[in-house]
Amino acid sequence: MDATDLYQEVILDHTKSPRNFERVEGADRDAHGDNPLCGDTLTVYVRTNGDTIEEIGFQAEGCAISKASGSVMTETVEGKSIEEARALVEVFRDLVRGERDQDLGVAELGDLAVFEGVKKFPTRVKCATLAWHTLLAALEDRDEVVTTEA
Amino acid sequence: MTGGGVLEGTGFDVKRIREQFPALDQSVHGRPLVYFDNAATTHKPQRVIDAVSRHDSTDNANVHRGVHTLSQRATDAYERARQRVASFLNTERASEVVFTRGTTEAINLVANAYGGTALERGDEILITGMEHHSNIVPWQQVAKRTGATLQVAPVADDGSLDLGAFEDLVTEDTRIAAFSHVSNALGTVNPVKELTRLAKEEDAAVLVDGAQAVPHLEVDVQAIGCDFYAFSGHKVYGPTGIGALYGRYGRLERMDPYQGGGEMIRSVAFDETRFADPPQRFEAGTPNITGSVGLGEALTFLGEVGQRKVKAHEDRVLDVATDRLSGLDGVRLIGTAPEKASVVSFVLEGVHPHDVGTILDRKGVAIRAGHHCAQPLMERFDVPATCRASFAMYNRVSEVDALVEGITEAVNLFA
Ligand SMILES: Cc1ncc(COP(=O)(O)O)c(C=O)c1O
Repeated sequence: MDATDLYQEVILDHTKSPRNFERVEGADRDAHGDNPLCGDTLTVYVRTNGDTIEEIGFQAEGCAISKASGSVMTETVEGKSIEEARALVEVFRDLVRGERDQDLGVAELGDLAVFEGVKKFPTRVKCATLAWHTLLAALEDRDEVVTTEA
Repeated sequence: MTGGGVLEGTGFDVKRIREQFPALDQSVHGRPLVYFDNAATTHKPQRVIDAVSRHDSTDNANVHRGVHTLSQRATDAYERARQRVASFLNTERASEVVFTRGTTEAINLVANAYGGTALERGDEILITGMEHHSNIVPWQQVAKRTGATLQVAPVADDGSLDLGAFEDLVTEDTRIAAFSHVSNALGTVNPVKELTRLAKEEDAAVLVDGAQAVPHLEVDVQAIGCDFYAFSGHKVYGPTGIGALYGRYGRLERMDPYQGGGEMIRSVAFDETRFADPPQRFEAGTPNITGSVGLGEALTFLGEVGQRKVKAHEDRVLDVATDRLSGLDGVRLIGTAPEKASVVSFVLEGVHPHDVGTILDRKGVAIRAGHHCAQPLMERFDVPATCRASFAMYNRVSEVDALVEGITEAVNLFA
């Protein structure tokens, strides 16, 4: 098993030019997360409209995995309902921990599927989940800083 | 010189050294393990593993308590280990060696048992900008409690200590100066003798954090002139959970205990407890007896291999690694002081250290990627983290190839 199983093209692309890598004007929710183990930090900004995530952005300092994960996450959840996004947090977590629901096809996962390789790199699971934990905190309007060590 | 495979001219046979370390003989992700994370912890030679297991198999008993034979043997083993540490550091007497869990506990012991009573409002504690968190946080805590303030001597661009600034910061208010002998994040060797002299001119007590020095340098606490010297067994081929604090006897004698309990008392009544003399005063409870045996054996082993030979060999690996890495595009070395020991710290342009660490791991190369418990130092160099390769007596010059291969792959992948 080679490092390129983790650093696939899609991940490299997202980490080199992350999408929605900015503060969101008029965001009504945001949250900050960090991974004390490696010093990755990440902020998620969300503007909701009723039940819908109308716009989402993030800013991050950290490794390729945490950045790419944040980037793919914003693309995936934009336009979705808060409920759908919350469900995706679970899906993603299971995916990178190697507990993917076998009924879930790769097609349904879209770009998220490239993160399945993370499961073979257990020391990097927290890098991948940081953005999603932070999103969850933003959606739940929690004030405390999210940490992957919790 | 005799013995198969001895390298002409160096007198250092790495192959024979490696054969004594069982952990080195393995593959990681299908590649031979290249262990370059020695500043975090070193592997143990078979004779250390055996010494610990032999003790547990035959001499196991509590110390200083029983009249029976096994207890006497355990006590002898424990005190022999103390003697071993004492001669290794060249202390004046064995009773100046206090066994601790490691460097961290040793520094906390001094911060509390010495700093806690010696410090008053307005006093200053002087540390440096390259300290490990374990030589920062205990001082911050005791400063907060006593009203003392923490002063920090700055680090120059090449990772050496700014001596002039250190000198300026030593004042008549400086009660304690605490600094590392060798920086774990940069490998810088500090001129501890000189720093001690400067601090002593103002009557400050001096603690040297020797965690990264003991594996690489000959340490003579009397020549340094410090009051306290701390190190960990697991960074010098010994077990985890054991380390030692040297304390000048005159200082230890006037210090209150660190923790209360068994072992550290002379007599206990409910209205008054009289404390034992040093070092027992600072060793409350049943100590890590097997750990001490392992540590003693590790120091004997290092002494037999020869510290100067080890340093000369490690310097060669360090020089080659430094040369090859500084020749790579996109690599920036952090810490290029003239005096260094066994550490090369670096960052790659546009690649986060954790990604480098993962890529190297897949090549069987173990390095450390992170802030190395020295966040203020990372800030100083304006990096969130670095990659650190750190060497021990068993590393081969040829192992640097795998490091260079991994770094090159990382640079290309993220280019
Ligand atoms: C310079 C320095 N000081 C202190 C420590 C703490 O040592 P330990 O964790 O063994 O107590 C370390 C080890 O990481 C170190 O490198």
